[in-house]
Amino acid sequence: MAANAGTMVQMQGLHKWYGQLHVLNDINMGVARGERVVICGPSGSGKSTLIRCINRLEEHQQGRLVVDGVELTNDLKNIDTVRREVGMVFQHFNLFPHLTVLENCTLSPMWVRGRPRRDAEELAMQYLERVRIPEQAAKYPGQLSGGQQQRVAIARSLCMQPNIMLFDEPTSALDPEMISEVLDVMIDLAESGMTMLCVTHEMGFARQVANRVMFMDAGEIIEASPPETFFNNPQSERTQLFLSQILSH
Amino acid sequence: MAAVAPAPPRLGAVAWLRANLFNSWFNTILTLLALFLLAKALPSLLDWAVVHAVWRAGDPDVCKEASGACWAMIHEKHRLILFGRYPYGEQWRPLLGLVLLVGMIAASCNHNAWGLRLAQAWVVALAAWLALMWGGFAGLTFVPNNLWGGLPLTLILTVIGLAVAFPLSVFLALGRRSPRMPAIRLLCRLYIELIRGVPLISLLFMASFMLPLFLPAGVSIDEVLRAQVAIILFSAAYLAEAVRGGLQAIPRGQYEAAHALGLSYWQARRKIILPQAITVAIPSIVNIFIGLFKDTSLVAIVSLTDLLLAMRQAIADPEWRRFFIEGYIFIALIYFVVCFFMSKYSQYLETQFRSGQQH
Repeated sequence: MAANAGTMVQMQGLHKWYGQLHVLNDINMGVARGERVVICGPSGSGKSTLIRCINRLEEHQQGRLVVDGVELTNDLKNIDTVRREVGMVFQHFNLFPHLTVLENCTLSPMWVRGRPRRDAEELAMQYLERVRIPEQAAKYPGQLSGGQQQRVAIARSLCMQPNIMLFDEPTSALDPEMISEVLDVMIDLAESGMTMLCVTHEMGFARQVANRVMFMDAGEIIEASPPETFFNNPQSERTQLFLSQILSH
Repeated sequence: MAAVAPAPPRLGAVAWLRANLFNSWFNTILTLLALFLLAKALPSLLDWAVVHAVWRAGDPDVCKEASGACWAMIHEKHRLILFGRYPYGEQWRPLLGLVLLVGMIAASCNHNAWGLRLAQAWVVALAAWLALMWGGFAGLTFVPNNLWGGLPLTLILTVIGLAVAFPLSVFLALGRRSPRMPAIRLLCRLYIELIRGVPLISLLFMASFMLPLFLPAGVSIDEVLRAQVAIILFSAAYLAEAVRGGLQAIPRGQYEAAHALGLSYWQARRKIILPQAITVAIPSIVNIFIGLFKDTSLVAIVSLTDLLLAMRQAIADPEWRRFFIEGYIFIALIYFVVCFFMSKYSQYLETQFRSGQQH
């Protein structure tokens, strides 16, 4: 089945190995435009690897992966095209410490999209306002708290005006009191209709914004269903066990 | 005093002494020992270097009779030491060239001025320098470059050496870490290991004496250029390892973020990776710069008259030969001033580049 206009990510028979370790085992899934998918699972289950394949930070070794109509192969041109349209937020923010917040946000629009500086700065301020941090624009990342840094990282990705946003455990490295400020920004983004894939263990967030929650274990997608079904009536035993572990406290 | 005052911004002399020189019994002993040695050595040193020194004399016999240093020798020979065998009447040209070089270096110290315009200015300045030294136009007599020497030669070998070796080393370091091109990786590695495994002297020898053997008859490459190329190739290998050290200090997340934002390989290197890596590597890079500046004295073995050899030629004069110590002290001071400046400048750069980045 070819990716139709409404499909943003299409994976067919995706496999990946690290040596002997089968990190992705026959992954088949599609993500529609505007859909919000939350991926959870125990550590080492392949969920980060899965979303990192979507912008080719990881290479899949078998199967087909089509992102926004472009198939990811060794073709560097396609990889560049996909990366321009896919934003990513990392667990450890990965802001550029030698650049100010504003420069972090304008770098890619200026160099990849060829926007003039003034234009890129206007856009950056717009997104910094959206993540509620415009007053920090002239500071360096090292001067900000973790939550602030992660919001800057989200703004930096949004400045490329991507069609898809990937979140790789965006709140896992944060102090508890900073988690909600980041989640608020993500909820706001979800409401604007962005296609989102989030690896996270924030089940409250999953309940609130996900169209689909996906559970992975040992490189396989065990279960994928709407949040009501997923949380109230999980089908697989492994999902039940996982949910009981993370929701028990 | 009863009340404990807040620490004053500047310590008084006594307090400073207590805090720095007499703050423990061990330091007290060291301080006293150092003072004792100074007291022993300083008077005779001052006696020799200042009190009984001869500052000006056209005649070496005056110096022979004095018990102090013969700075008159420097006064007598300074032009030979500084400019080597460059024709005496034309030595305003290397002097002017020296002023030009030092001026350009001073202008380049402000890191906010770095950019295309400065690079262009350097190209123009170096061309002007070469034209001035060579002459052969507009009434300037032609001076072949085997007569160039002294401080201008030492400086130009260093400046061009650094200016070419540094970018070369960045490519070598990147090549050695190239993720996708094993052939490039192997070549860079081979180059670095080969050059590092050989002393600079042997490279200079090869460039000067062996290279001509392989060239077809009638083809000859300029002597200064050959030495310059050897210096560039040599320092590039060392600098590449310093830069590689800096590259290794950059976390993988920086590469991933750069690529996830759509930056190409070269954009990511230029905007994200290298600025951070080179900042980290500044101390070891400057270390190599300083070493390179001093190593240029090795070109003497391929008969280029650098500062050191020019001084030795100056004291070859039998009349003044016995005052070689003064000569060595003089050029040691010149070397020290330049190296000290480089060292201080690197500290300044580090603070400039790091400001704001830290918490």
